Amino acid sequence: MDRREQAQVGVRRTVIRTLAVLVGMFAFAFALVPLYDVFCQITGINGKVDATAQSIVHEGVDESRYINVQFITRGSPGLPWQMSVETRQMSVHPGQMAEVDFTFTNNSHSENWGRAVPSVSPSRATTHLRKISCFCFEEQQLEGDERLTIPLVFQLARDLPEDINTITLVYTLYPVDRVIQSVSLDNALQSNTLNDSQSDLRNDLKNNKVVGETI
Amino acid sequence: MAPKLPPQPPLQHSNTAVADSQSHGHAAPPKGILRWLLTTNHKEIGSLYLIFSLTMFFIGGIFALVVRAELFQPGLQLVEPEFFNQMTTMHGLIMVFAAVMPAFTGLANWMIPLQIGAPDMALPRLNNFSFWLLPVAFTLLLSTLFMPGGGPNFGWTFYAPLSTTYAPPSTTFFILALHIAGISSILGAINIIATILNMRAPGMRLMDMPLFVWTWLITAFLLIAVMPVLAGVITMMLMDINFGTSFFDAAGGGDPVLFQHLFWFFGHPEVYIMILPAFGIVSAIIPTFARKPLFGYASMVYATAAIALLSFLVWAHHMFIVGLPLVAELFFMYSTMLIAVPTGVKVFNWVTTLFRGSISFESPMLFSLAFVVLFTIGGFSGLMLAIAPADFQYHDTYFVVAHFHYVLVPGAIFAIMAGVYYWLPKWTGHYPNEKLAQWHFWFSIIGVNLTFFPMHFAGLAGMPRRIPDYALQFADFNLLSSIGAFFFGASQLLFVLVVILCVRGGKKAPAKAWEGAEDLEWTVPSPAPLHTFETPPVFHRASH
Ligand code: HEM
Ligand SMILES: [Cu+2]
Repeated sequence: MDRREQAQVGVRRTVIRTLAVLVGMFAFAFALVPLYDVFCQITGINGKVDATAQSIVHEGVDESRYINVQFITRGSPGLPWQMSVETRQMSVHPGQMAEVDFTFTNNSHSENWGRAVPSVSPSRATTHLRKISCFCFEEQQLEGDERLTIPLVFQLARDLPEDINTITLVYTLYPVDRVIQSVSLDNALQSNTLNDSQSDLRNDLKNNKVVGETI
Repeated sequence: MAPKLPPQPPLQHSNTAVADSQSHGHAAPPKGILRWLLTTNHKEIGSLYLIFSLTMFFIGGIFALVVRAELFQPGLQLVEPEFFNQMTTMHGLIMVFAAVMPAFTGLANWMIPLQIGAPDMALPRLNNFSFWLLPVAFTLLLSTLFMPGGGPNFGWTFYAPLSTTYAPPSTTFFILALHIAGISSILGAINIIATILNMRAPGMRLMDMPLFVWTWLITAFLLIAVMPVLAGVITMMLMDINFGTSFFDAAGGGDPVLFQHLFWFFGHPEVYIMILPAFGIVSAIIPTFARKPLFGYASMVYATAAIALLSFLVWAHHMFIVGLPLVAELFFMYSTMLIAVPTGVKVFNWVTTLFRGSISFESPMLFSLAFVVLFTIGGFSGLMLAIAPADFQYHDTYFVVAHFHYVLVPGAIFAIMAGVYYWLPKWTGHYPNEKLAQWHFWFSIIGVNLTFFPMHFAGLAGMPRRIPDYALQFADFNLLSSIGAFFFGASQLLFVLVVILCVRGGKKAPAKAWEGAEDLEWTVPSPAPLHTFETPPVFHRASH
């Protein structure tokens, strides 16, 4: 084999290997998405709370500490709802059960679906917050002009790190597009000025996803 | 590991290309525009890349001047804030992807085969294709400015949800353009790796290669590793925008912070993609004009490799304020500072090469010396930003803008210009007009510092980046920056003048155009004939 042929074989080998790395890295980028979620779930880093009801743990109340728990509620453009909370902040002891009422108001005359997505800050507190009952576990439906009050029942774990004195819970309302409800389609179209067929598709997929897994 | 391949059959396509262009004399190339459209010659493709890059440098420069004109005084006077945002975004995108990266690829095309004694790139037709993707990509990108809703306005870092939920309708075209540009870089990188690994002159070991070749080899590996990640991110954006997925949409269970992780996993290595080849150029020029071999060749190679490896471990220093846990803040802070060590080794080696050299100060050397000094300033401000608690204060201020312009303008761009002045005699057969080149140098250095040095102070005093209007106390700094920017922009016209004059004539250059130049490219005549090293040269090992 002369030098030129040798070089050609080498080039071919190099190309195949680099292509393999390319494909691998492209797949890696997508693999990072679930990995990231798992990582955050274990560590609670991005403030996403466990979205299933947890049971009360009777571990006694630590009366030596008061934790200031703050509540923030936010709406979003696609959903004509208002969300308010009975009190902006409360003091609780670790281990103590607490309850706070949230009120949802549908300001439009038509029925629609929404969901409140929670986020906890500081994120280190996430894994120490037990939600026994929360409206955020599932989607909700409100009739036109309906007003609904739902309590949040939670407990702070006693092993909450010493240096955390304040915990902020943020609920952001998001519209849930249900294809069956033609009203909510209207909503979606309002918020999405791109073309219609696209937004249909979007509704479809989003709906599947949201229904398929509980956040 | 790929399986060991049988020796046959030889690679069909490059076989014919090689046969066409070499063994049996050279068929006359097609005339006119077709010649450039169809060329597979590494020198012609190199020139195309460089001309493209220079054009884009001016287009991106004009966008920057729109920004600086608006910021000349506080208050809104020239452009709408929406358009201002498009200008900052387009400036960044064009400079990164259409000016700096193609310039380095152009230099690689021209110089790597000449420096390793190869007749051409390993895959000449792919090379042609890689280049022609670029004009397509950037015509498309620039055309978004004229679309309804305007072009990208979310910054060159295109954070979601700004670039998804709140983006203009043209974003899909932006994504397409970036995909095409990314494919171009990837193909270019494959070609460069294949050339360097397989086509070196007989007897040239890896550790004999000039540093420009080494740094490009490592850069190409970085490209292969991170461009697919960029492609992945923009694909996810595309799906979020058009197909209702929620990778980055909190409403559907996604997370915008994930976008930043993915982006910077690409983004930080990307900034090293823009600087490693510059290290290579400067490592060629300084020994030439100091008339001494480069100090610490091997340590230069290892330092480059170390920087490349570390660059995968520091991405979150761009995200100190997203709410990382303390351990992550610490990890990314220390790993970022660690990069300064191999970088320091390089600076040390350059300075030591100068020590007791018999130095002369031709324009390539001037630009290289300015590179060493000003890049180091950029490195130091980077170190300041690497201190996580300090970055809480500096993040998204003009201090960051000052930092990355110091590493990119007198860093990457000066190195490119140094390289152009250094190799122009080889390309054209004429020396560039030294007097004009020196004027260009002094104007540039004044312009750069006048533009970017005050930004440090504006940033420390709290001026946020990416805003069209600002509080009155920043007025003086901004006035200086704007004057500097127009001065710098105008002086780049001198550069074009020097290059054009040099192509058309000038003092004749011998094969070895610079007295102290050692590498293989100086053994072929000046101007380098279209086809060189058809029979591999005999490589004599210099004592590194
Ligand atoms: C000693 C070496 C370096 C260190 C320690 C360093 C550190 C940093 C840090 C911590 C930031 C984030 C600042 C913030 O957003 O708050 C940053 C931003 C940046 N750096 Fe560096 N850097 C270094 C070298 C470089 C080089 C060589 C380049 C490019 C050639 C570069 C380009 C950039 C760019 C473009 C940004 C801003 C990205 C953006 O937000 O738009 N840096 N650097
Ligand atoms: Cu970085």
